[in-house]
Amino acid sequence: METRRQKHLVLILAREFASNLATPTLIADDQGKLVFYNEAAESVVGRPFAEVGEMPLDEWTASFEPRTPHSGPLSPELRPTRIALDQRRAAHEDLRITSADGVERDVAVTAFPLFAHADEFVGIVAIFWRE
Amino acid sequence: MRVTIWGCRGSVPTPGPETITYGGNTSCVEVSLDDGTILVLDAGTGIRALGFDLLDRGMRKIHLCLTHLHLDHLEGLRFFAPLWDERVELDIWGPPSQELSLGERIARAFSPPLFPVDLRDVPAVVTFHDVPRVSWTIDRVSLSAQFVVHPGPTVGYRIETKSSSFAYIPDHEPALAGAIAGRSTDWVSGASLASGVDALIHDAQYFEDEYEERIGWGHSSVADAVAFTRAVGAGRLVLFHHEPRHSDVLLEQLEDRARELARGNGGHSPTLAREGMVVELP
Repeated sequence: METRRQKHLVLILAREFASNLATPTLIADDQGKLVFYNEAAESVVGRPFAEVGEMPLDEWTASFEPRTPHSGPLSPELRPTRIALDQRRAAHEDLRITSADGVERDVAVTAFPLFAHADEFVGIVAIFWRE
Repeated sequence: MRVTIWGCRGSVPTPGPETITYGGNTSCVEVSLDDGTILVLDAGTGIRALGFDLLDRGMRKIHLCLTHLHLDHLEGLRFFAPLWDERVELDIWGPPSQELSLGERIARAFSPPLFPVDLRDVPAVVTFHDVPRVSWTIDRVSLSAQFVVHPGPTVGYRIETKSSSFAYIPDHEPALAGAIAGRSTDWVSGASLASGVDALIHDAQYFEDEYEERIGWGHSSVADAVAFTRAVGAGRLVLFHHEPRHSDVLLEQLEDRARELARGNGGHSPTLAREGMVVELP
């Protein structure tokens, strides 16, 4: 049976939820692909989602050079989004990033996994809290 | 494939002179194939008459596919004659839940104070199945089920043979997850199920102004049903899950509105589901 590809219902609902939030929020699927971030997040990352489109979350995240609040190195596996994807648990971290507009920003990131069923991981949500 | 409507009313049965044309029984649709395969979609009160008919036709193997367990989709099961016939094998498919099995949840409707006979005491051989996450086959029919926007675990079904395809999404509020028109169908609830089907039975419970007062109740306006049909490229739209307060006269106004909205779509005009209606697919 061939049917058109469609995002999981949980991601569809998460996107609608995020698009109505004033809190910067992004969504990635179970493969670690960035599938959406909301308008509020545009002010943090410096570009609208329509310009960025879907892409690997790691690649997108790396472009902001995430580092510790004192500008020390932060290994990729310690990023909250990576922890939520790999370990499928919630994670929180204070970070310093350089946005696409060149501005250095201090943010806190909370990421958590989305499960449609106990054994069905469908993606993650990450929320950015501006300092 | 032959699709027969046995009940198309939403929420609660509505017998009476004002609903004679389109009927007052709640959701039940039969899908039958020339090879004798019988699929029953939902067990609203329409299943009662279907049950007698199936026994008259000598059917002994029946698959019942439930979209969800709201009462208007389950209340007829207790009065489904094949359930009370020991010669019948009944396979019941439905959405999984984290807490209780499908059988345990259905058994609640067969227990005091709701009903005098326990589900384990019915004569038919009943087997319960959670719908798989991938498509599966029953005889020569291919089915897929996916969760759709509606309160509580609810699926829609896509049913295909080699020559035709049909989707059944009787309780669905895709607009709750964002505007349908202009959005990639990747992000539209139910789109995979209904993509390009020959016929689509879809929730169209409300006029647009009624929907504005009932956002989040899990049902669609006629405009959203038409927009969904257009977005997924479905052929014939059958308007379903009629609002209990809508008389035959009001339903025909709703059908007129659907046809007005669908004008320019090409293909079939939307039609109201009606008890006894048969949709023949190649």
